[in-house]
This record gives sequence, structure tokens and C-alpha cells, in this order.
Amino acid sequence: MCLTEDQWKRKKTVVIIKNEAIAKDVYEMDLQVGETAKEIEPGQFIHLYCRQGQRLLPRPISICEVDEKKGRLKIVYGIVGSGTKEFASYSPFETIDIIAPLGKGYQWESQEKHSILVGGGLGVPPLLELAKRLPGKVEVYLGFRSQPFLVENFKKYTDFVYIATDDGSHGTKGTVLDVLKNKSECPEKARVYTCGPKPMLQSITQWAVEKGYPIQVSLEERMACGVGACVGCVCKIKDLQTGEWQYQRVCKEGPVFNGKEVIWNEES
Amino acid sequence: MKNLKVNIAGVELKNPVMTASGTFGSGREYGEYMDLNQLGAVVVKGVAITPWKGNPPPRIAETYGGMLNSVGLQNPGVEVFIEQDIPFLRQYDTKIVVNIAGKTIEEYCQVAERLADADVDLLELNISCPNVKEGGVAFGTDPRMVEKVTREVKKHSKQPLIVKLSPNVTDITEMAKAAEVGGADGLSLINTLLGMSIDIHKRRPVLAMGVGGFSGPAIKPVAVRMVYQVKQAVSLPIIGMGGIATGEDAIEFIMAGATAIAVGTAHFHNPRASLEVLEGIQEYMEKYKVQELKKIRGIIK
Ligand SMILES: Cc1cc2nc3c(=O)[nH]c(=O)nc-3n(C[C@H](O)[C@H](O)[C@H](O)COP(=O)(O)OP(=O)(O)OC[C@H]3O[C@@H](n4cnc5c(N)ncnc54)[C@H](O)[C@@H]3O)c2cc1C
Ligand SMILES: Cc1cc2nc3c(=O)[nH]c(=O)nc-3n(C[C@H](O)[C@H](O)[C@H](O)COP(=O)(O)O)c2cc1C
Ligand code: FES
Repeated sequence: MCLTEDQWKRKKTVVIIKNEAIAKDVYEMDLQVGETAKEIEPGQFIHLYCRQGQRLLPRPISICEVDEKKGRLKIVYGIVGSGTKEFASYSPFETIDIIAPLGKGYQWESQEKHSILVGGGLGVPPLLELAKRLPGKVEVYLGFRSQPFLVENFKKYTDFVYIATDDGSHGTKGTVLDVLKNKSECPEKARVYTCGPKPMLQSITQWAVEKGYPIQVSLEERMACGVGACVGCVCKIKDLQTGEWQYQRVCKEGPVFNGKEVIWNEES
Repeated sequence: MKNLKVNIAGVELKNPVMTASGTFGSGREYGEYMDLNQLGAVVVKGVAITPWKGNPPPRIAETYGGMLNSVGLQNPGVEVFIEQDIPFLRQYDTKIVVNIAGKTIEEYCQVAERLADADVDLLELNISCPNVKEGGVAFGTDPRMVEKVTREVKKHSKQPLIVKLSPNVTDITEMAKAAEVGGADGLSLINTLLGMSIDIHKRRPVLAMGVGGFSGPAIKPVAVRMVYQVKQAVSLPIIGMGGIATGEDAIEFIMAGATAIAVGTAHFHNPRASLEVLEGIQEYMEKYKVQELKKIRGIIK
């Protein structure tokens, strides 16, 4: 049905409350978004627009944490190119244009007993709000190259936080998969939620499938519209019944997908 | 109130603002961000006779003031379009333009024929997509083929036929004339320019396909020039597009000779771009006391 004026979604100008480095080239930004904070599902993302008009396309960044009372969102982003470099230069009380929220987040049951969250690098942030909201026992496995971030934030919501770093400077030396594999006891039933680099998502999916755990993965792809209109941001998803695959939109059907349905590409 | 009505091949649009094919889905997604009733027409994404899977990702690359895409006309096929998208769009008071895609002349004809009894207002023949190997731009860069495919599809179509031209040619007026001879009822231009972008850190093209279609504000001068040249060469109505993001941009195209205009890539920067373009056109008309667009259309000689 046709929407009325007050029902339209919008690109909004919001105030930056905080924008600080929390690790090398990793920033945490708090945004004053008002009522929007009430609509968020963990795993959804927002679009951030650059001020420099030559950078036309919005940057997708996951929602890390929500403060409904204050009407705030936290995002955590790494400086990887020109857009995120521009964001890092903004000061508190400046404004930024965003669309929020976008995409479909993680799903769980209200009776959830045991959840296993696995994040790698800049895939760690979206798991925080999830850790906060999940009922039952929540185990969190976080992998970093060297310097961890957000660990204390996770500890607020669960006692079971495990760290792995490539260089062994913090936690276990190695990958999150190594930590998971050495886990002494595995529950009969659990759900796995993961976000991070593709090879990690793929190996965690394999592990979860072997254990018989349902697994949800959050994927990344280059985007233009972010709303499902341009079919630019696709990934290969197969129908488990028929075995047929099709390209689905990360911004609309995702970014969270059933790990078993994802066809992992050989490269990248 | 200024008169914004325009007429394209006998179809009256309440205003000249349309959406550019492929950037606006079938209207559903951006319908959550704006009132589709305010648009002159919605031009839907390319529709083929059977579902097309499209190209592998990455399909998008940002470039200075623009972008590249290599979507490759992923679409669920004409049957799904007729079943789901036409009823959706018909809830709104706007015209429906269907962009038709094919790999062969027969496929284009089949889509046109399948749409003959469908409730749509105009057909836009996409012979200019740079992202598919067969069909697409292969038809749009040879004047004999342009004429032939236009003539054949025209035989099978009931709605007026707009031919969408590719800018990836030496002389666009040759293609425009060929479409006119073939029986086109109107022209739309430009489709995307063929472009490329390289990730120097990974030492490979950003797009999985290597090359892709270049669109957005950066291409506007090329598009305005082509609309201008085509206006001088043929007498068909022109739908102008390529980098339009503001009312001023749209006025440029109209002065160059466009009857209507389409907004595409600008939506990715601003979901309400097409409506803001419409507002901008109205402001210009107010400011300069232009009573109807006819008064400024094609005034650049
Ligand atoms: C759903 C989703 C959630 C994300 N969440 C986070 C997050 O929480 N924290 C974080 O640090 N990063 C996240 N990313 C990655 C982030 O979008 C990119 O790092 C960012 O867009 C890079 O922008 P840039 O201008 O700095 O880089 P440039 O390389 O200059 O960007 C050029 C273009 O490529 C796009 N691009 C480049 N890298 C990526 C990428 N990895 N994924 C998608 N688009 C890319 C940019 O958006 C831009 O359009 C997420 C990506 C997606 C798709
Ligand atoms: C993501 C994307 C998809 C497109 N898909 C189509 C298409 O299916 N059919 C078509 O005729 N043109 C397609 N185009 C071209 C646009 O309709 C338009 O001609 C071109 O982008 C120039 O206008 P713009 O700069 O305003 O976007 C597409 C463009 C983009 C950016
Ligand atoms: S970014 Fe356009 S469909 Fe996902």
C-alpha cells in the first residue's frame, strides 16, 4: 500500500556524540539517532554518506551497540580507504548523513539456551548488541591480528569471552577456529553466529555443520543503493532443497544468511 | 502552478521526471523512501524473457563523482514482472516504462509480445547494456543492427517503443537516425559508458568482470553533449539521462533538447533524488517565469 508522509524512510542528518580511536586504525563512533534506536535488530547495518561529493556511494557499517534510552547507536569502523579516513576526521557535535537501519539481522528463539558467537577483526562489532540481547548461555570467541578491541564491552554481557590473536600478543596464539576446536566440552545443541573475513566464515561454517549446529553468517559486498534496488551487492545462495543457486542481495536478504546456504567463492 | 506535462510518443506524463532503468528496481524499494505518485514515470529494471542470473560480484566500484556497475541484467524474467511488479506499480498514479533485455532479436521480440497485453505505458529497448556478452551493446553499436532490431521489435510491440542508445560509439547521431528509420517512437540516452577501475593493492580490477558501466554526475557533460547532437539529427522525442542529480542538471538536458529526463545513480547518494530534481525544475521555472517546458526545450541550437 502507498505510504504516507510520516511513514517514509529517510536519509537523516544526525549528530556525532563520540568519534575516537580504540585500536590502531579502528574507530568507535556514537550517533544520536533518536527513535531509530528502537527499530534495530543486531546484525543490521547503516549507510554513512561522505561529505565529499566525489565519494558518491554510502559506506555500509554494522550496528555495534544500541542505547534505546538515549537514542544512540554505536558503530566501530576500520580505516581502509578514503571514506573511512574522512569519517575518522570528524569531531563530536559535527553531523553526518545516514540511513538506518538496513538489512536483515540475526535471528534467534526466545527460549535460546546456548549461543556461540564468533567474530574476526572488523567482524567483531556487530556481535556486541547480539551478545547483549541473547538469552541463555552466550560464549564469545574473538579473533584479532594483534590488538584486541571491544573485549571489555563483551565482558559486561557474558563471562565466557575467549580471545585469539595471530601474533599471540593477547589470548591464544592462532585463530578463533583453533580455540573452538580445542574447546573441551561442546553442548549438544547450540546456535552459532559469526561475522568476519570470508575464509573465517567458511571455516566456522564447516565446524558448525560438523557439530550439527545451525549457523548464521554476516556477509560483506560492495554496495550502491543499500535498499535492494540496484542488485549490486550480491552473493551466491543455494536452495538446500533443490541445490539450485541464485544471487541474493546482501543489503536486503542479508547481510545475515544461513551459513549452510552460502556458496563460498574460491578466491578473495 | 506551472505546466509540467510532457508527451512522449502519445503518452502524457504529468511531469518530465522518470527513473533510470536498473537503478530503481521496480519501484518497490524506493517506494519506501518517497511518494511514487509524484514521478512522471517509473522505468523498471531490464526484463528478459527468462530469468537471468547476472554477473559475479563485485559488481560495484566507486569512481570519482561516479561509479561502475557490472550487474549484467540480473532479473527474474517477464512472467514474474507481470505477476508482481505491474500490480504493485499500478497502485500509483505514474506511468510504467518497461526496459526490455534480450540476447537475440527473437528474445527482445518475445518480451515485447508478452507485454503487448500487459498494462504498461511504454517499452524501452535496451540495446546498450555494456555488461552482457551477447545482445545488449552488441546491437547498439552498429547502425544496421540498431535499425533491424528496432524494426523487428516494433512489429511485436503494442506500446510505443523507445530505443535506448549506447554512448560507446564514435557517432551517436548515426545510431539515433538508424533507430528512427527502424520505426522508434522515441529515444533515451545515454546508457552507461564502458569503464574500468583497478585495485592497485590487490593488482586486479575492482569488478569481477574487469570492466563495467560508468554512470553518475561525472558523465553528465558527455550525456548533455549527446542529447544535444541527437536533437539536431532526428525529430524523435528524447529522454535524457546521465548524471542528473539536481533540477539544474535536468534543465541542462531539456535545453539540449530532452523532452523528459531520468534520474539514476543519484538515488544511491540520495534516495529522494528524483523528487528533488522535480522540485528543482519547478524552482527554475518559477525563478525565470517559464510557463511550460516547451519554452526552453532545445533552445540551445
Ligand atoms: C553489511 C556490511 C557491514 C559492514 N560493517 C563494517 C563494520 O562494522 N566495520 C568496518 O570497519 N567495516 C564494515 N564493513 C566494511 C566497510 O563497508 C568498508 O570498509 C568501507 O565501505 C570502506 O570504505 P572506504 O571509503 O574507506 O574504502 P574505499 O576502498 O576507498 O571504498 C571505495 C568503495 O568500495 C566500497 N568498499 C570498500 N571495501 C569494502 C568492503 N569491505 N565491503 C563493502 N564495501 C567496501 C566502499 O563502500 C566504497 O563504495 C561492512 C560492510 C558491509 C557490506
Ligand atoms: C546499477 C545500474 C544498473 C543499470 N541497469 C540498467 C538496465 O537494466 N537497463 C538499462 O537500459 N540501463 C541500465 N542502467 C543505465 C541507467 O539506466 C542510465 O542509463 C545510466 O546509469 C546513466 O544515468 P545516471 O548517470 O543517472 O545513472 C543501469 C545503471 C546502473 C548504475
Ligand atoms: S546495494 Fe543495491 S541492491 Fe544491495
